[in-house]
Amino acid sequence: MDFKDSDDEATYRAEARAWLDTNIAEHEAGHYPDDMTKAKAWQARKAAGGYACITWPREWGGGGGTPIESVIFGQEEAHHAVDGSYFTIGLGMCVPTVMAYADDATKTRFVGPAVRGDEIWSQLFSEPAGGSDVAAIRTRAVRDGDDWVVNGQKVWTSGAHYSDYGIVLVRTNPDVPKHQGLTMFWLDLKAPGIEIRPIHQMSGGSNFNEVWFTDVRIPDAQRLGPVDGGWKVALFTLMNERLAIGTGGGVGPEDILAFAAQANGADGPLLKDAAFRQQLADWWVQSEGLRNTRMRTITALSKGEVPGPESSIGKIVAANQLQAIGNTAVEAGDQYGIIADPALTPLKGAFHAATMWAPGLRIAGGTDEILKNIIAERVLGLPGEMRVDKDQAFRDLPVGA
Amino acid sequence: MNFDYSDDQKFLKDEARKFLAAQCDSDRVRAVLDDPGTAYDAALWKAVGAQGWLGAAIPEEFGGLGLGHIELCAIAEELGRACAPIPFASTVYFVAEALMLYGSDAQKVKWLPRIAAGDVIGAFATSEGAGPVTARSIRTTVSGGTLTGEKIPVTDGDVADLIVVLARDGLYLVEKGAGVAAEVLETLDPTRSAARLTFTDAPCERLGTDDGIIAMQAVFDRAAVLLAFEQLGGADRCLEMAKGYALDRYAFGRQIGGYQAIKHKLADMYVKTELARSNAYYGAWALNADAAELPLAAATARVAASDAYWFASKENIQTHGGMGFTWESDCHLYYRRSRQLALVAGAPAAWRERLVGQLEMRNAA
Repeated sequence: MDFKDSDDEATYRAEARAWLDTNIAEHEAGHYPDDMTKAKAWQARKAAGGYACITWPREWGGGGGTPIESVIFGQEEAHHAVDGSYFTIGLGMCVPTVMAYADDATKTRFVGPAVRGDEIWSQLFSEPAGGSDVAAIRTRAVRDGDDWVVNGQKVWTSGAHYSDYGIVLVRTNPDVPKHQGLTMFWLDLKAPGIEIRPIHQMSGGSNFNEVWFTDVRIPDAQRLGPVDGGWKVALFTLMNERLAIGTGGGVGPEDILAFAAQANGADGPLLKDAAFRQQLADWWVQSEGLRNTRMRTITALSKGEVPGPESSIGKIVAANQLQAIGNTAVEAGDQYGIIADPALTPLKGAFHAATMWAPGLRIAGGTDEILKNIIAERVLGLPGEMRVDKDQAFRDLPVGA
Repeated sequence: MNFDYSDDQKFLKDEARKFLAAQCDSDRVRAVLDDPGTAYDAALWKAVGAQGWLGAAIPEEFGGLGLGHIELCAIAEELGRACAPIPFASTVYFVAEALMLYGSDAQKVKWLPRIAAGDVIGAFATSEGAGPVTARSIRTTVSGGTLTGEKIPVTDGDVADLIVVLARDGLYLVEKGAGVAAEVLETLDPTRSAARLTFTDAPCERLGTDDGIIAMQAVFDRAAVLLAFEQLGGADRCLEMAKGYALDRYAFGRQIGGYQAIKHKLADMYVKTELARSNAYYGAWALNADAAELPLAAATARVAASDAYWFASKENIQTHGGMGFTWESDCHLYYRRSRQLALVAGAPAAWRERLVGQLEMRNAA
């Protein structure tokens, strides 16, 4: 076990740091009409420097580097306030799926622009009747010549409103059990018949969308994997999701520590309150546990091993901690905590925002409950849920609200 | 960066597991549990000594194997999993570490080879009563080369040959013999013994020059990492037992492991145990590298491991239902050991407080 950089790693870190110092300064000096344009410019700059998709092959626009190098660059980049959130889902989940299942012409056309941030991708799996039960998809695709005609609705599609392309899982055969009648496609989100409606979330923002399909034509050439073989492709995508989502961002132990040092407690600063200190220690232990667990995952990757199931615990822990830290800071204000105006609240409203965002994070990308089922079944080998839908044709399954 | 045991360390760990499966099954643990007159498993202690484990982290020049602390962590993980009823922690994690940290060459030459050979049992005597050990709680004093005071409880104090004693001004070495009286105490985990030690003008020798509480904490930081691996091994074993029972036990026509109430409980155990493992690994690195991060890493490892073992040991009993509450079930061996290990180097609440104190110091720097 060694936490220090090897000589090669130290060299790489020094180069990355020097590159960041120069390029961040140049980047910040630019003028951008909006946040997304600025984020795209930064992504393009990283791609040109070999720092975008560091572990991907150079022939596809990646950096041709190692998982450890990717971690090192991420650590150094985190010292700067740059925004890569627009590309997380596309580069973390969608484009890897395209790379694994599409033909060379498709890869040549799309991978490079995605790496450079020119084009943004979305993942369209969830539906109103298929949230935790993703395979219960009803959006229907019917073959018509060289095309498939798609009708139905997707929901909780992150970033669809600013995305160019997506991968979509649809039902191509309702006469077989649900997992056996699904097919995956890539598609142009600007295609006729697609309507994107942002969802107004309880947090006030609109990160997610409903995506409606009305007679949308998708060429069969855009199919990823076999007809009715889409579930296996979806599992490939979701396997990458576990690694992509992980930490969740937002406020952490360091933020509430800094806050508590100057916040009023009952008798002096909140940081001197014994009960608060006990809680803070537990949050620190959790955060360090996740950070170090991630290092174990990276170690496995760098040895060419498949990461162990330990990578699946990240979101459960991070999302619940975010909710607890946010709310603890809100309650620390006593009556003042009722106020949500960012101009009047600590850390420009970050704790209040975390309190209102955390319920979504506990659900997105697999609820706490589904993730615990996954750990229990796939890691510990406990029996799967009792299933009434296993051997029945999808069209015969009972439906509720 | 590399965040895993090396292949050699994995081999050592596998061998340790095989050895303990053969030499330390639960019948052996229960033999100590059920006999109030037996402080520890003397045959196992001898066998462990013959394996060289006592000197795994002791340099070769002092009679050890000179492997390092990561190797000792691997052994500790297996000892914890087996609930080994021997004075390993007292002798190796506390006393040998205290000697390596603070001992003069003469002290190291005198004691470390005998510890490595299994000829000496050690004990670390700090507490003088209920509540955390602080500068104000220590009444033990030294004058004219002799030590006087009372320590309670001292784990393995009834069988120790060499006792490292915390007095007001620092740590002292005291040998069993004149001026040292031991009274055996009833303990929550009878597979680990403890005593009240009364020192009356006992001959002593200063160990190091650090102030008392600072020296104690420096030893605790090192022991905490090693104890975290024992706790981790125990928590792993509890999760395995709970999983095994959840698959074997049927209720309402199916395996109880198929019910979400049980699945989610075991998933929670898994999450806590993995966080504890990751934090223990970081602590192992800090200990082995003698890194400046050790105090914070040790506190983090100890809080995580204490929490994981407590949770896994209590929910293992719950998963076993009424059977888990019987004396014949092994569940309580781990429940008892989780209490012993969580308290022997200071309680989790004190370590949480220390952790936050370390964060404050770091941020002030």
